[in-house]
Amino acid sequence: MIADIFSWIFILGGCVFLVIGGVGVLRMPDLFTRMHAASITDTLGAGLLILGMMIQGGFTLVTVKLFLIMLFAFFAGPTATHALAQAALSMGIKPLLSQDRRPDAVQSDDKGDGL
Amino acid sequence: MMFAAAALAILATMVLAMIRAIKGPTVYDRILAVNMFGTKTILLISVLGFLTNRPEFMDIALVYSLINFIGTIAIMKFFKFSHLGEPHTEDNLGDL
Repeated sequence: MIADIFSWIFILGGCVFLVIGGVGVLRMPDLFTRMHAASITDTLGAGLLILGMMIQGGFTLVTVKLFLIMLFAFFAGPTATHALAQAALSMGIKPLLSQDRRPDAVQSDDKGDGL
Repeated sequence: MMFAAAALAILATMVLAMIRAIKGPTVYDRILAVNMFGTKTILLISVLGFLTNRPEFMDIALVYSLINFIGTIAIMKFFKFSHLGEPHTEDNLGDL
């Protein structure tokens, strides 16, 4: 009973983070912010969902396999994201910045207030 | 009940990722959306294994996670170098 309540909490939290990340991928303005939104679903969403399923699985082989899936996702997700960011940067896609905030940069206009 | 709700949320996220994959302005947006779609496919296969009481779906999910990672790296390498094979530059280590 306690285990059911905990796995409900974990799975519902994972679902909320999945949908938040999906909306972020659709609505964020450029590639790098979209990658930021997609990483939410890869870490928190998938992690909480698999944790809830592990509680439901109990001490069986299913839990071991779910743990292996989670372990692999934790190593492969950041690696793929890093390779994607490096490929996009080397192909000349610039991050969308409102203002260059380095101290010696030329401040062209005051439209963005540095947020 | 719990797994049906999880499957619905995963399907909604897959639809959003698919919309981004279709309308993404650059090819990197599409790669990002397809990678995310693959991760959600792994979660959906696991949830379906619980939903239909078939624990052997976990093996399929494990294999699919490996294939998803390799596929993403291969697509990225193909779009960066326009081929998957021999080294592009003079030194053999400079390609990745």
